[in-house]
Amino acid sequence: MYRFVLRRLLSGVLLLFVITTVAYVLLYAGGGDIARRIVGPTATDAQVAMKSSQLGLDRPLLIQYWEWLTKALTGDLGRSWFNGQLVSTGVSSRLSVTISLVLGAVIIAALISVVIGVWAAVRRGWVDRLVQFVGVMGFAIPGFLIALGLVSLFALNLKWFKATGYVPMTTSFGGWAATVTLPIIALSIGCIAAVVQQIRGSLIDALRQDYVRTLRARGLSFNRVVYKHVLRNAGGPALAVLAVQFIGLLGGAVIIEQIFALPGLGQITVAATGQGDIPVVMGVVVATAAIVVIVNLIIDLAQGWLNPKVRLS
Amino acid sequence: MTGAPLPLPASAAKVSLFRKLLIHPTGAVSLLVLFLVALASILAPVLAPYDPNASSLKDVLAKAGSEFLLGADSAGRDVFSRLLFAGQFSLAGALVALTVALVIGVTAGLIAGYHGGWFDTVSSWLTGLLMALPGMVVLLAARAVVGQSMWLSMVIFGVLLSPAFFRLVYASVTAVRNELYVDAARVSGLGDVRIIGRHILTVVRAPVIIQSAMVLGIAIAIQAGLEFLGLGDRTIPTWGSMLNDGFINIFKAPTLVLWPALVIGLVCVALTLLANAMRDELERSRGPVKKGRKAAPTGAENASEKRGNAAVVHAEEPSSNHGELLLEVTDLGVGYDQPDGSTTDVVHHVNLTVRRGEVHGLVGESGSGKTQTAFSILRLLPQDGRITGGSILFEGRDLAHLSEKEMTKVRGKRIAYIPQEPMSNLDAAFTIGSQLMEPMRVCLGISKTEARKRALALLAKVGIPHPERTFNSYPHQISGGMAQRVLIAGAVSCEPDLLIADEPTTALDVTVQAEVLNLLRELQEELKMGVILVTHNFGVVADLCDRVTVMQSGRVVETGPVRAIFNDAKHPYTRKLLEAILEDTAPRGPLVTAGTPRELNGVTP
Amino acid sequence: MTETLLDIKDVVVEYPPKGFRAKPFKAIKGVSLDIRPGETVGLVGESGSGKTTLGRSVLGLAPVTGGSIKYRGQEISNATRAQRRELSHEIQVVFQDPYTSLNPSMTIEQILTEPLTVRKMERQAANKRVAELLDQVRLPHDAAHRLPREFSGGQRQRVAIARALALDPKLIVCDEPVSALDLSTQARVMELFIEIQERTGVAYLFISHDLAVVRHLSHRVAVMYHGEIVEWGDGGQVTSAPEHPYTQRLLMAAPIPDPDRQAKHRADRLRLLGIQREQDVQAGFA
Repeated sequence: MYRFVLRRLLSGVLLLFVITTVAYVLLYAGGGDIARRIVGPTATDAQVAMKSSQLGLDRPLLIQYWEWLTKALTGDLGRSWFNGQLVSTGVSSRLSVTISLVLGAVIIAALISVVIGVWAAVRRGWVDRLVQFVGVMGFAIPGFLIALGLVSLFALNLKWFKATGYVPMTTSFGGWAATVTLPIIALSIGCIAAVVQQIRGSLIDALRQDYVRTLRARGLSFNRVVYKHVLRNAGGPALAVLAVQFIGLLGGAVIIEQIFALPGLGQITVAATGQGDIPVVMGVVVATAAIVVIVNLIIDLAQGWLNPKVRLS
Repeated sequence: MTGAPLPLPASAAKVSLFRKLLIHPTGAVSLLVLFLVALASILAPVLAPYDPNASSLKDVLAKAGSEFLLGADSAGRDVFSRLLFAGQFSLAGALVALTVALVIGVTAGLIAGYHGGWFDTVSSWLTGLLMALPGMVVLLAARAVVGQSMWLSMVIFGVLLSPAFFRLVYASVTAVRNELYVDAARVSGLGDVRIIGRHILTVVRAPVIIQSAMVLGIAIAIQAGLEFLGLGDRTIPTWGSMLNDGFINIFKAPTLVLWPALVIGLVCVALTLLANAMRDELERSRGPVKKGRKAAPTGAENASEKRGNAAVVHAEEPSSNHGELLLEVTDLGVGYDQPDGSTTDVVHHVNLTVRRGEVHGLVGESGSGKTQTAFSILRLLPQDGRITGGSILFEGRDLAHLSEKEMTKVRGKRIAYIPQEPMSNLDAAFTIGSQLMEPMRVCLGISKTEARKRALALLAKVGIPHPERTFNSYPHQISGGMAQRVLIAGAVSCEPDLLIADEPTTALDVTVQAEVLNLLRELQEELKMGVILVTHNFGVVADLCDRVTVMQSGRVVETGPVRAIFNDAKHPYTRKLLEAILEDTAPRGPLVTAGTPRELNGVTP
Repeated sequence: MTETLLDIKDVVVEYPPKGFRAKPFKAIKGVSLDIRPGETVGLVGESGSGKTTLGRSVLGLAPVTGGSIKYRGQEISNATRAQRRELSHEIQVVFQDPYTSLNPSMTIEQILTEPLTVRKMERQAANKRVAELLDQVRLPHDAAHRLPREFSGGQRQRVAIARALALDPKLIVCDEPVSALDLSTQARVMELFIEIQERTGVAYLFISHDLAVVRHLSHRVAVMYHGEIVEWGDGGQVTSAPEHPYTQRLLMAAPIPDPDRQAKHRADRLRLLGIQREQDVQAGFA
């Protein structure tokens, strides 16, 4: 078991390293062009060169990277080129908003999907067909369209919620809940649709397995077999989909935050992208990759717990 | 050469996927919607009343009306015209992403799946890398470097989407590569290119088309999202940039956001529904994938229908078992509910008795209904299957009409079951020990320590050399023979009165089969169980059974003491089965080579 | 003319190791066997004995790492793709599972013409050949335009046999071709095998776990156990009065379909196991 965890941990660290390296090279390879874009098309070549050397972009890429990496390992991700703020502070202050959104959506999605998935797989018939149809719709409609719909219906017309803004959880839990409810709903609908499909599918497969009949023949009730044995066996593929969804939600959150004007990672990303503020973009990439690596590690451990073959091989 | 050809069932017509989609309700509507949207976009120059980029200050946020069909946007541009032209760019952008993803994903998937080796390792690893980051974040990061070109973004997104195709193709190819028909093609001398073309592309084609529809939807959504953030190309109209404009002015002109949202939603839903419809049709045309063993109505069945219930019943032998009657099945019918509301009967009017201490063999070929009969006694028929008539008397109660709750109490404790496939009948996620203990604790209500003690004793009893080690093992760590012993241990763990064994040795090697048969005999004698032994092997019948019932097409054709069946079979079907037995046939003997006398072989020059 | 069609000598099959540092898996450990024209050689063994691997090594589907396989004196154990294409006229195959050995999306005609296309046969001639083949395996001509899923297991196996016959081979490797079939279907398919052999003079390497099936079909029989041949000789003798302890155990393990004879057989088996155990103990002390 320790070796299993250790191996996963090492591969996660390696993944983080590779992603950041590739991202750095791609982002900074432009050298002079970056400086040109910042100072604008009307600037003289001398101005571009000056900007370039001011930002350290005129040095060899490898040296720039080495400097960035050694600093990054100490938690220093540099400063924004535009407002001079520390990237690490800028990113971490917004990280909590994004994570609370995404985590909230994933947890809600996981709970609801299990209930609906089991319902559809066990009852079949019209229940199943209804769940499948709604699921396809939820999956097909892009999350930001759902968000737009929610804003115009609940916030603009019914005025149940505030359309925009954010209250930190530490200030007021109620206020926090009121500001994140609509975004979380918007994010989770697509996620629920995808996970329900997977849980339903793998449950139906698992219910057809021979051991279900054998366990029932030994005197275990249908419900006990479903909740203890079948769900556990169907859990692996569902977890894998959940992991993919989590990564997708990190991207989806960018747009959702924009719609609800939430001060999350998305906002800083959009601003930095528009300006070409590369240190900040790099900081966002590091943060996202770190989250992805941690999530994958947790999912891998959960898979190992569910499936002894994964754990013991 | 003159033997009469075998009769064939009526042919199922082969219809193309596209044709089927035209009949499929959601498929047809989705296709129509997509066709109209594409047509409107292509014909935009003809249909659009205005230049999509012609702005005029006086028309800013003009209301919908006779001048502007859907109103004008914040720059006074005609919304309807922009919607039409935007279709061109949005669809073309999504197609660019799809093309890039298809080319990279399918090619890499084919090569990695078919040839394996280092290419497999590298491309699988790269796929993992591409899928590690959310596409939106990567696109935004790329946007910071490459600028606002929609086309470049879509090319990058195509690369990010390529794993969707890579994984699909890779999985199909690795599955197909080891199929026997690919081996047969290799033996026939077909080259790699031909094998890929004939056998592998045909398998991959349909899933790739389905995935393409999904990917196209995702590409349209992501592109709209990017434009919506205001990070897109300002010079060209797209649905996403219209959405952006609408959202900014949502308080002043609420309908502005509606039209592009409607079009994006419509197209995405249509694409997903189309993909689902294609999947539906594909699954349907594949039909019952595995051996869906439902007795097809054949000529033989019709003949026996006329004969009614004319099963041959042999007289009891004087020496035969006169133990108490344990189970009495009378006039049992089993049917499967069909989607059209009808019921297909697979077991008709079956009568069967089992006495305590008696082994009753249920013999027949596939489709004879022997397993269905066994499952109906356990009340564990597969989905849609149900008992359509008759009674199953067990200790004075009719199992056919017992509630599920009462039936749960009968199973395991009173009636137990040994399955055919040892491996698939153990839950891979739990240890052998926990799977043995759980039913004992439920049925007998004993403590965990007591259950553990009994489980270990049972494992020793069924001849497992290291009970403790096996107890702590997971199913994948033990052999098939051991797994079957574990299943037998589980079946007898609550000391049942009736044991139903469904082909308990069919999946085993013959030397293991002999040992398992011995084990079953010992346990049966010790526990004085009545046994229903479902099998197709007359050797197993001869070894274990006291009575035999022969089934064909869901009916009993002959029943009686084992010796009467072997020595004095009356029903033509039973005779046919007995004649097909090979055990007593003479060996073929050495090869006689006509024309070349053996003695000469050595001396030919 | 040589009397031997296929000559297998000291063949070793090793699969490359699965993990890092793992040992290669030796499926066959030096096996020798020969097949004469028109002969059926039965190959019996239990799961994991290597019998299927040996068949696959003759077909070029398993990695032969030692020894030689000669077809009419020509080495074929590591034949190139081009040589294999030539050999496809000589050596063919019928697999066990009639459900996976035919491509589900191809019609019977497409399946049967596949080997013919390698020969670049004209379309008309190919169609004629398909009709001939269907006659040979007793399937009606209208079977040509149907898909495999419309056929029963026995009928599919007939299609697989027709495919093997398409190029008039001299040797067919039959890998458990009747194991998945019902008893009565099994008997009919076996008769078909014998009939085809008597008419065309094709030789079979007939692989099966069932001693009775092998006895019925084979002129000579080899018994495999843990990747080696433990007994090899005249079919009648090997399957009725075997000498090797493993073959003896195999023979005694198969139940006889007669209650009274099986009772005696069962007792004989237990006695044999007792004797063999004693011999093992003595051998251990010696």
